[in-house]
Amino acid sequence: MPDLIIRNLHASIDGSEILRGVDLELSKDEVHAIMGPNGSGKSTLAHVLMGHPAYEVTAGEVTLDGEELLELEPDERARLGLFLAFQYPAAIPGVTVANFLRLAVNAQRRGADGEENPIRIPEFRKLLQENMEALKIDRSMTSRYINDGFSGGEKKRMEMLQMAILKPQIAILDETDSGLDIDALRIVAEGVNRQVGPEMGVLVITHYSRLLHHIKPDHIHVLVGGRIVRSGGPEIADELERDGYAPYGVMEEAI
Amino acid sequence: MADTDLTPEEQQAVAIGEYKYGFHDEFTPVFSTEKGLTEEVVRQISAHKQEPEWMLEFRLKSYKHFVERPLPRWGADLSTIDFDNIYYYMKPVEEQARSWDDLPEGMRETWDKLGIPEAEKKYLAGVGAQYESEVVYHNLQADLAKQGVLFFDMDSGLREHEDIVRKYFGTIIPYNDNKFAALNSAVWSGGSFIYVPPGVKIDLPLQAYFRINAENMGQFERTLIIVDKGAYVHYVEGCTAPIYSTDSLHSAVVEIHVAEGGRCRYTTIQNWSTNVYNLVTKRAVAERDATMEWVDGNLGSQITMKYPAVILKGERAHGEVLSIAFAGKGQHQDAGGKITHSAPDTSSVITSKSISKDGGRSSYRGLLQVDKGAVGSKAKVVCDALIIDEDSRTDTYPYINIDENDVEIGHEATVSKIGDEQLFYLMSRGLSEEEASGMIVSGFVEPITKELPLEYAVEMNRLIQLQMEGSVG
Repeated sequence: MPDLIIRNLHASIDGSEILRGVDLELSKDEVHAIMGPNGSGKSTLAHVLMGHPAYEVTAGEVTLDGEELLELEPDERARLGLFLAFQYPAAIPGVTVANFLRLAVNAQRRGADGEENPIRIPEFRKLLQENMEALKIDRSMTSRYINDGFSGGEKKRMEMLQMAILKPQIAILDETDSGLDIDALRIVAEGVNRQVGPEMGVLVITHYSRLLHHIKPDHIHVLVGGRIVRSGGPEIADELERDGYAPYGVMEEAI
Repeated sequence: MADTDLTPEEQQAVAIGEYKYGFHDEFTPVFSTEKGLTEEVVRQISAHKQEPEWMLEFRLKSYKHFVERPLPRWGADLSTIDFDNIYYYMKPVEEQARSWDDLPEGMRETWDKLGIPEAEKKYLAGVGAQYESEVVYHNLQADLAKQGVLFFDMDSGLREHEDIVRKYFGTIIPYNDNKFAALNSAVWSGGSFIYVPPGVKIDLPLQAYFRINAENMGQFERTLIIVDKGAYVHYVEGCTAPIYSTDSLHSAVVEIHVAEGGRCRYTTIQNWSTNVYNLVTKRAVAERDATMEWVDGNLGSQITMKYPAVILKGERAHGEVLSIAFAGKGQHQDAGGKITHSAPDTSSVITSKSISKDGGRSSYRGLLQVDKGAVGSKAKVVCDALIIDEDSRTDTYPYINIDENDVEIGHEATVSKIGDEQLFYLMSRGLSEEEASGMIVSGFVEPITKELPLEYAVEMNRLIQLQMEGSVG
């Protein structure tokens, strides 16, 4: 039984329809990739799944472990185990990474009845340190303000750090490869690969196939014009690398 | 929560109820003037305090000026103040206590609820606690007294160190400075008198706490701080009042003199209930190489008008004003700072952060003056406003007068809203909308709260969080 089920999802922003009936099923031990040209609705899908208020869902349903997601606020979805690694994470000046992460961890640990169960400080420090080391994030990062003045690579690593600490059931990676040099890409991919397994499924959203050399997807879906027009195995990435999106009627530079 | 090593952000995430200082004691003062202000009331106050003649004369000429002086025609609307419906002097107890246990039980409970005895034990070098018109409790650590530090309520200061008081009193803020300085000069009672001898650095803060208990009370404390050469003091004041349906008036005057190489930091966490008019004049003079810092947090009151000022009188003197104003429903915070550069190579920074929500209005009003001859002066003014909803308002009135060419002046002003993308980002990590906006707001004021000792930073964040509650959703 798949854990994330998307059925006939339609969504629009400012009255124009972006997603036109997306179907997808993903289990916790799987990696799926959604590939598509610019403007195909990839990022919209990521944002709609997480519950961005600017998008209106006009039809369809999404369930996570059988729970209907679309009526829930983003924080409720997060507490059910959904995670979105942002392509452009927002900066929050004045709020340090360490404090933010602790509040986020504590929000996750809060009971369904609102009962607080805050993480002990030494335990939190250990959690933070281990994961920062693995992602080769400098220790001084914790006292900086979230994403404020971060380089592209720092932002992406910070997203991966959050994913590692929050341990979601399903992680959506929205263009996580953009803005990364090859070393950073490798580090980020290793981070994802460490977590993928029976406890976490991943939906990789990407324009280019290069990330998929490092995070091996079980399934690839091609999203064009707000619909999944093709689904298959890893071989699709190779095809796209070779032929671009031209076979899908999209003229873009080679990828 | 049992966990004691929580960060300020974490503590502020702990939800708390509404304005929690709105209670009042049933209490009969031992002496009170009649409602309203007359020359007779002024004479009664002075006589009751058995003051020297010069102080009575000072009060009387101040009273005269107060009566003649019109209300300011700028700033917040003060036309609703009913000066006849206010008690100008109320003495709550016969004797000042040196031990909290010596206070009447109800009053002692109030201080406990406000957490003052607890704070004194943990992190203060001295405490003065004013209730209505008089300081009912006062204490200073013995070793500081031994080093020559003077920390009294103003009335005791006048009695015991009349020479020092007479030398400075009313010199930095003259009785005719403005209508409310005149009012304070006429009916002042309580407040702090501090003298720090040369070279003495007081590590822990001295704190004064001002509590209004009675309805229609006017509180007019008067504070004079003298920091001698190379000395340092951090003075903190807090204020609360019960919630009543009619208004109270708080009008203080604070004068500070920082001698050569000295440093004074004055921190205010103003949390009056929203039926209090808070009209305060604060000014400091900084001599050569001296530093004066005002950290001014205005969260409560119905109307606040307050612009802490620094006159940089000696070469290389440095002045700072860090101001936070939070205007919620029915509140108008007209706050800011004033700096005058009167000597060469002086420097100053004014940082103002205001938050407006639920129809509240906050204004930054500031004056930056550079006198002729203050060559090489550097000044920076940064004012940032955050508006939480469409009903709220923010204004900026930055007056800048530069009479010297060889200076560096910077001015920045921003107005922002809580961004949807910021909220979405934080909520996608599991924070509720309220927690997320609270976090964004506490980040917004962080440049100021980080300047506070931890306990006060926690308190400030907690108060801001309280103000934020129920503002979204």
